[in-house]
Amino acid sequence: MGMPISHIMTSGMSGIRAAGDLVARMQFAKNMRIDEAKKYVADKLGVTPLDLSDEFAMREIREDLGIGVITSVTGAPKGIAAKMNIEKALDIKINSCEKFRNQV
Amino acid sequence: MATEYDLRMGDGKRVFHSKNQIMDDLEAGSADAADLGEISALSSNELEKIAEIIMTKSRMVGVEPGKEVPVTHDIGTLRIDGDQGNSGVGIPSSRMIGCMMHERAFGADTMELGHIDYSFKPVKPVIAQECQAMEVCQQNMIIPLLYGAMPNMGLYYTPDGPFENPGDLMKAFKIAEAQESIEKSADHLTRDMIWIIQHMMKSSSDGVNFDTTGAAGDGDMFATLHAVEALRKEFPEMYIEVGMAGECVLGMHGGLEYDGKTLAGLWPHQQAPLVTKAGANVFGPVVNTNTSMSFSWNLARAVTFIKAAVEASDVPCHVDMGMGVGGIPMLETPPIDAVSRASKAMVEVAGVDGI
Repeated sequence: MGMPISHIMTSGMSGIRAAGDLVARMQFAKNMRIDEAKKYVADKLGVTPLDLSDEFAMREIREDLGIGVITSVTGAPKGIAAKMNIEKALDIKINSCEKFRNQV
Repeated sequence: MATEYDLRMGDGKRVFHSKNQIMDDLEAGSADAADLGEISALSSNELEKIAEIIMTKSRMVGVEPGKEVPVTHDIGTLRIDGDQGNSGVGIPSSRMIGCMMHERAFGADTMELGHIDYSFKPVKPVIAQECQAMEVCQQNMIIPLLYGAMPNMGLYYTPDGPFENPGDLMKAFKIAEAQESIEKSADHLTRDMIWIIQHMMKSSSDGVNFDTTGAAGDGDMFATLHAVEALRKEFPEMYIEVGMAGECVLGMHGGLEYDGKTLAGLWPHQQAPLVTKAGANVFGPVVNTNTSMSFSWNLARAVTFIKAAVEASDVPCHVDMGMGVGGIPMLETPPIDAVSRASKAMVEVAGVDGI
């Protein structure tokens, strides 16, 4: 376990602590290289690329947009609900959300 | 006496080298990659930058603010509940708990779900179980969650599989028969991987990570590229990551081609365009660690190869940096000082899009 955590601490974007999941999504969804993916996400969220790895900056934005935060906030969107808000924030489709919509 | 800096050998043992020794090893490591891959060696400025990272007087280092990259995860939750064979730490937990721990406790940027064997073939008899696990995980996860598995074409050969073992055939000088067995195994593997991932996509997966592609040689990579091509055609929006098993594709068959290129003998910068052509979104290049050489030699060699792959790729490159690859020492508990330094060098010198 120490090795992946060392990578996260050294170079990672901290997932939902900051905006690592959003940047990774754009890399996978649109083949975006790192700078392009960061710019896309930053523009959509109205922040700078530097803010995307900043837990302080991203916490409030994630709470406001309902796209999931690292701690368990009562009543806040989690799982599929948070991903449906990510779809809106990034203007993308997510497979699990599509499947969920088709079931309701 | 010259100041000495503590670093590691490729097997993880601590050693002390002067700056001159470090620079000599960096230059030799980069030259080795340049010679093998017929690519450019690192410039003197780049070698100096890596030397600075290695010689930093702190246990851990970190990338400059703003240069962070996504860290994707292979092997899924096996590192939590798996046994020593998968470098797992043996904590009894469900796979959903493992996924959520990565997301909410460790700060992972992506995660994947995988079968305990982590090969595609054993997934077939338990496909419904895997679909159920994926659905439950997707309902609770926020970060991208892929299905991960190894093509592991060796499982298709006798005594484990239906096709005669090409190693046995080659020992009997039955080369054409060995090649035919590899081709049949590759076709079967392609069909299995497509079938499994079709089920995963119906079960809400974000996509797939083909991990350790090419482990059984060029047939293994041939099968994977064809599976990627078919899946991309069927699921234009799915996430596909192709991570390699080694730095050079072994020519077990020797004659297999993809897009007119012979697969045997390809280095990371030559693999990248084919993976892109097949339809992957993210490429995971590998450079192996030589346990007899120093961390400096291994890191410079790895950065040289990966920098060339990043330049040759049209899709993001998430370099493989597990135990014994990407300049990281070859042991199950790689020292944090070495992991951290290799990680920073890959981001800041090789220019990777992720790890």
